[in-house]
Amino acid sequence: MTEQLDAGVAARQIKESDVLSGAGDGREVGRARRRKEDARLVTGRTQWTDNIQLPGLLHVAFLRSPMAHARITRVDTSVARTQPGVVAVFSGQDFAAEQGSLPCAWPVTEDIVLPDHPPMAVTEVRYVGEAVACVVATDRYKAADALDAIEVDYEPLDAVTDMTAALEEGSPKVHEAGNKAFTWKFAQGDIDAAFRDAAVRIDRTYVQQRLIPSAMEPRAVVAQTDGDSFTLHSSTQIPHILRVMLALTTGIPEHKLRVVAPDVGGGFGSKLQVTAEEVLCLLITRRLGKPVKWTESRSEGNLTVHHGRDQLQRISVAADADGRIRGVKVDLLAGMGAYLMLVTPGVPLLGAFMYSGIYKMDAYDFTCTGVFTTKMPTDAYRGAGRPEATFAIERIVDELAAELGMDPIELRRRNWIQHAEFPYTTVCGLTYDSGNYEAATDRALALFGYDKLRAEQADRRERDDPVQLGIGVSTYTEMCGLAPSRVLGSLSYGAGGWEHAGVRVLPTGKVEVVTGTSPHGQGHETAWSQIVADALGVPFEDVAVIHGDTSSSHKGMDTYGSRSLVVGGVAVVQACEKVKEKARQVAAHLMEASPDDIEFTRGEFRVRGTGTSRTIQEIALATFAAHDLPDGFEPRLDAEATFDPDNFSFPHGTHLCAVEVDTETGATKIRSYVAVDDVGSVVNPLIVEGQVHGGIAQGIAQALFEEAVHDADGNLLTTTMADYLLPSAADLPDYTTDRTETPATTNPLGVKGVGEAGTIASTPAVVNAIVDALRPHGVHDVPMPCTPERVWRVLDQARTTAQSTDGGL
Amino acid sequence: MPRISVTVDGIRYDEEVEPRLLLVHLLRDRLGKTGTPIGCDTSNCGACTVLLDGRSAKSCSVLAVQADGCDIVTIEGLSTGGTWHPMQRAFHEEHALQCGYCTPGMIMAAIDLLHDDPDPSEESVREGLEGNLCRCTGYCTIVRAVRRGAREMSQKQEGAATS
Repeated sequence: MTEQLDAGVAARQIKESDVLSGAGDGREVGRARRRKEDARLVTGRTQWTDNIQLPGLLHVAFLRSPMAHARITRVDTSVARTQPGVVAVFSGQDFAAEQGSLPCAWPVTEDIVLPDHPPMAVTEVRYVGEAVACVVATDRYKAADALDAIEVDYEPLDAVTDMTAALEEGSPKVHEAGNKAFTWKFAQGDIDAAFRDAAVRIDRTYVQQRLIPSAMEPRAVVAQTDGDSFTLHSSTQIPHILRVMLALTTGIPEHKLRVVAPDVGGGFGSKLQVTAEEVLCLLITRRLGKPVKWTESRSEGNLTVHHGRDQLQRISVAADADGRIRGVKVDLLAGMGAYLMLVTPGVPLLGAFMYSGIYKMDAYDFTCTGVFTTKMPTDAYRGAGRPEATFAIERIVDELAAELGMDPIELRRRNWIQHAEFPYTTVCGLTYDSGNYEAATDRALALFGYDKLRAEQADRRERDDPVQLGIGVSTYTEMCGLAPSRVLGSLSYGAGGWEHAGVRVLPTGKVEVVTGTSPHGQGHETAWSQIVADALGVPFEDVAVIHGDTSSSHKGMDTYGSRSLVVGGVAVVQACEKVKEKARQVAAHLMEASPDDIEFTRGEFRVRGTGTSRTIQEIALATFAAHDLPDGFEPRLDAEATFDPDNFSFPHGTHLCAVEVDTETGATKIRSYVAVDDVGSVVNPLIVEGQVHGGIAQGIAQALFEEAVHDADGNLLTTTMADYLLPSAADLPDYTTDRTETPATTNPLGVKGVGEAGTIASTPAVVNAIVDALRPHGVHDVPMPCTPERVWRVLDQARTTAQSTDGGL
Repeated sequence: MPRISVTVDGIRYDEEVEPRLLLVHLLRDRLGKTGTPIGCDTSNCGACTVLLDGRSAKSCSVLAVQADGCDIVTIEGLSTGGTWHPMQRAFHEEHALQCGYCTPGMIMAAIDLLHDDPDPSEESVREGLEGNLCRCTGYCTIVRAVRRGAREMSQKQEGAATS
């Protein structure tokens, strides 16, 4: 903090004036509006899926495999059926004919191994936690009790938990077809030439440990039927995609299936899934004709909510002696776990195009091998592929700086795309439309007090202070706004990336917005209201946003990949434009003028050069009455729009982290953290700051605390929040955040997306800082999470190596 | 089955409960007080925090029978006469919630924290809320909200004392 004050600059603070006036031009966009969503959330009037009570509601509990790999030889449910309150007991065999296979929508290569993935295991289990049977009972306690009475005989098979071992000859096979799911390659430029005569070459291997997404709301499902159609409430990010996939999986016709995402307590990618439990609850309700509910316990969730990351990254960089990067090579092993779920194989591909980061280079070579192991499948987790890529490139750029004896900021400056060079097509073939890395970095350096911290670092090194100071740099960019449908098609994804919106002006002039995005904490109700208020000139308070129910929001691609504002928000703008054009026709008719002579300003249609005007509310009422409309005009003031973006968006920023590392205990303390992000134009700075904060916290958590740990037999050891270390308030620092604004040129709002930025940026910033602190001790990497024990062991190893090299033993 | 009597948000309930029934399940499944959510099964996350005779308690780690004779306040009972509690207002003002799942527990724990320390430092808030996890906010805005709520509560008390 002192350093920051000394630097004579203050970070952007959200002030009351931002709330009242934003940019001072009367526009809603840009104002730090407090959220509409909060009223129900701070008073407990929420609608979480587990809150739902229905007459005759039955409760489902799942019996889960205690073995990572085994053949199921017998399941006896006869005793369980006789337990008090038990309505039915099912094993996988009972569903075998109708349960189908859980879908994978992203078969990344033509020869990918796509194993059958029964929602309930029938003959074989391949990870601990896989469902093998279930009880349906009159309350949740009785359902859980009866699980104990189910007998299952397993014939153990060998587990395989390590990706490298899984690819070796003779390894136990997760599936008959072998443990390699696919190999996907991508190459640009002459990589051999780039490496052949480069002055410097650095090779590193980084481990992206498995993470458990840990949304605070455990998953829950309620399924019901009237005998003809079905309604499924689920704690999901993707009600629309889920409906299509469940229709295809269960055979329930799409028009007979309604999916609702009520209040959803966080997702971070973990609820971007078609889960076994959703399918099975539908099948159970179809079988019994009664409503059923399933709510997971946290330990059940740690086992069976898809995990994130799990990659082994071999990365090489070639550079000239002056630091100019020539090329980057990446050879990736991506852990799939036991099956391929909704987008499991596609996650590493989302990173494939981001290993060049913000840097110019001549050549790039990427190979990814997807590997099966006997663990819970992986899938999207905040950033999905991009945090991994950003970590590897930002870590190795710091290594290159150290090798060359250069300041890591200076090395980056020499290589990054200059502001004047935008739009710029990267070596990976992506066209970054806009950016200003100089501005964000300069701002971050000033807020951080970079030079002063470097001086203190030098002093501590000089004094051989047991507590060393480290400075970590992360100049990231990311690919947001998923996604142009054509690009998704070229990458073999099974769907498009458009988004839909509907806007209707009601007779009284109030406005309803129907969005295809499905918020679970992002604040769409507030942000979309701001957008519509500006577009139609109506009060912020007069806008309501409808979402998350396929019966009221019929079309959507849902919320993930920092796409909601960049794609869904733009759809809202386009729908508003259509509504405005309709209103203009009515206004012109009512005022007996040509539509070309009608000006629209802040909700008022005025005949140019006259005092004659009509408000949009007046036009809404006139349209409703329909007494006096233009000939052939449909009496409706509503419109829909589907927006399919031409390009991704590319937020960027510079994050700087200062850590103090105790070389005697290995303990790391984050002393200051500065983030300057450029997410383009900002609709609501309060929401943006919140997203950045939360993202940084999750990225720090990967760097310092979190890891899904398995033993050699494939048992997850971190099944509870006591074992899987989610950081609390006491574990995290305050952040200094600021923004630069370089609007996106690819959408009318100029927005770029912010949901994943913090998570992508912060992990390498923290690890770079720790390594920077310890570099004089001969350390050039610390595996994540950088716990005190790990830091201490790395230091101890480095000291031992140094002593033996010196002949000191 | 044991018969218990509890007062929840000002209303008395006489209930027959299984001895193993958790207080949080009594609240949610029997009394319909679904404002209090459940986030874990090891009492680590604090989402289910309520005030039990005025002090914060994680209702997933209290048996309903243990609450016999107790006065319980949940997030649903904090507003009075349609006016939010200062801590609810502070969470809204400081954008201290995103998905909102941890919020009821966070607010109840924060109110209890101020019992012991009416004007907590940033560090005291961070340590005081160690038993409540949030996955969305990164905590900075929660810390700001608790300190803002504390200021508003003390001003309110001063106002009451001088009037």
